[in-house]
Amino acid sequence: MAKMNMLQAINNALDLAMAKDSTVVCFGEDVGHFGGVFRATSKLQEKYGKDRCFNTPLTEQGIAGFANGMASQGMKPVAEIQFADYIFPAFDQIVNETAKFRYRSGNEFNVGGLVFRTPYGGGIAGGHYHSQSPEAYFAHTPGLKIAVPRDPYQAKGLLLASIASEDPVIFFEPKKLYRASTGEVPEEYYEIPLGVAEVMQEGKDVTVLAWGAQIEICQKAIEMAAAQGISCELIDLRSILPWDVETVVKSVTKTGRLVINHEAPLTGGFAGEIAATIQQRCFLHLESPIARVCGLDTPYPLALEREYVADHLKTFEAIVASVKF
Amino acid sequence: MTNPNNATISTVHTAGFTSGHALQIPTLRILQDDGTIYPGAVAPELDKETALKMYHSMSFIRVLDERMLAAQRQGRISFYMQCLGEEAATVGSAAALDDKDMIMAQYREQGALRYRGFSLEQFMNQLFSNEKDLGKGRQMPVHYGSKDIYYMTISSPLGTQIPQAAGYAYAQKLRGLSNVTICYFGEGAASEGDFHAGLNMAAVHKAPVLFFCRNNGYAISTPANEQFKGDGIACRAVGYGMKAIRVDGADILAVYQATKMAREYALETNEPVLLESIAYRLGAHSSSDDPSGYRSKEEEEHWRKNDPISRFRLWLLAKGWLDDEADKAQIEALRAEILDALKVAEKVAKPGIEHLISDVYAEPIPELERQLAELKAHIRKYPDAYPITSGRMS
Repeated sequence: MAKMNMLQAINNALDLAMAKDSTVVCFGEDVGHFGGVFRATSKLQEKYGKDRCFNTPLTEQGIAGFANGMASQGMKPVAEIQFADYIFPAFDQIVNETAKFRYRSGNEFNVGGLVFRTPYGGGIAGGHYHSQSPEAYFAHTPGLKIAVPRDPYQAKGLLLASIASEDPVIFFEPKKLYRASTGEVPEEYYEIPLGVAEVMQEGKDVTVLAWGAQIEICQKAIEMAAAQGISCELIDLRSILPWDVETVVKSVTKTGRLVINHEAPLTGGFAGEIAATIQQRCFLHLESPIARVCGLDTPYPLALEREYVADHLKTFEAIVASVKF
Repeated sequence: MTNPNNATISTVHTAGFTSGHALQIPTLRILQDDGTIYPGAVAPELDKETALKMYHSMSFIRVLDERMLAAQRQGRISFYMQCLGEEAATVGSAAALDDKDMIMAQYREQGALRYRGFSLEQFMNQLFSNEKDLGKGRQMPVHYGSKDIYYMTISSPLGTQIPQAAGYAYAQKLRGLSNVTICYFGEGAASEGDFHAGLNMAAVHKAPVLFFCRNNGYAISTPANEQFKGDGIACRAVGYGMKAIRVDGADILAVYQATKMAREYALETNEPVLLESIAYRLGAHSSSDDPSGYRSKEEEEHWRKNDPISRFRLWLLAKGWLDDEADKAQIEALRAEILDALKVAEKVAKPGIEHLISDVYAEPIPELERQLAELKAHIRKYPDAYPITSGRMS
């Protein structure tokens, strides 16, 4: 075990993957010698050469298209999109190409092994072009897998599982935690399976569900709730697509209440999908309406970020309201 | 000192533009309309077997296109796209490649596909989206693909294959393969952002790609002069620091020679090359299109004289490699063969219900299994409404 922050854990995962498999290649804007604007690919070019870790021109659609082509040849490209806010020029390559490669060819070709890594989310005073959480757009696309880690240990295991996956994965990295989140991380290779949620804390009164950077927000909120005698069960969804319906159903069947928290705006956010499924599966067990604590339906603000975000106080209020309903 | 701008600075002291039409790229022509070689031109080295394979691929596609467009008009298939007038461009370029060079096509390259060895039955199974279709009946007609013959499955969105070809070729290079990727697209698709992204990526990362632009004059109804302002597409290569060559796309010898030369160069240097074939889309864009609404009969007649097949046929006859009578008989026989294959393929069953969810992921995710089970229960309740699958569900 070693103490690492999330960037170090990601860098360590990429290093291990590249050492283990010569078909793993990392690229993106500023990813080469500089090691990425956040340094996630630091030293990888030095270690594995310019052919396997390199800068690309400033073209997200080019990066995504290039990655699709490489993966269809059988290699494992790990392509970085510098900010999730800038993934949209690549939307067609990801949604129409990456996601449908295997299906449309009848399994003649596939892009398994392809991972798009991209920093997402707020908390860095980034305004509306350096703070977005676009996971729901991609969750509406059959053929993709989507994972979001909450801490360095999760980041390493989920990223290694994404690179090993036979399906293409979008790996959203909570950039506000890149350096803020630290923890003990095994130095050896390990994977955390995709599509499996984790019950982080058991409780009996209400289920609180989140992913990525919102987990620590929810931890604060459930501590406040505990002080008032409310017992919360905390679930980290970890994978948005496919998402672990059974773990959430089991929890809500027990608690009868569900509060979902995400950074992205409320309308059309992934919480809506979860709420619809859970009300159907757990209807007779529900004691209160499923609550969503999300960003406002506005672009991500700058000066008024604190007011906008789905913070611990809003989450605490939703928990209390759910229990008192 | 390094040059941070990656631009040559030669100084002048008087302001003056470089013309947007400063560069004009010549068109390579080898074979004349009468089947003889242009004075001063040299025919590429071509053995009899290869030349006949090229010819037979072109005539096969000509007959297939004619027959399948008729089948679409009869309502037997939903959609079709001909390549009338462009057979030489795709067959001639495919013939200049190694069998393991990847082909990433747009949708009008059935000539290249046939040259690679896609069988009549495979064509038919795809066109009828039956259970023998390699693509499992998922895509509209003409979206062919086959891993065995290195032909990437076609995707409808235009230009998406261009940056993918750069990535595929880069992977070929990294693996040390002696192969290139050829990427076909039209002059209309060259307006997509993916064109710029793909050519720039290939040039910067030194990927051995042959970008093959089929400039056929029209993107559905939009003529090339409403599509771009420069001198064709080939001149853009210079902006990417890439070599370019323009050929008469109805001249199979010119296409073959240019592609062969480009392939050798790409393999040797790991640099991409942009080829531009100048031809004319004699047919409609697709079975859903009617060109009489946007171009004249006179224009079409003018280009019809520029037939790529008859030109090559005359060359083969003059060489004594082709027998006129035997060839005509063979084409008649092919018509019957195609009709027979069509009748077989249209009776083959559609893919089973399980293929509604297979290949979305390597293994179906639990939610898809649940949705399929729910659907099957529904179909069992209303079997008459779902005749394709209700009788044969496990």
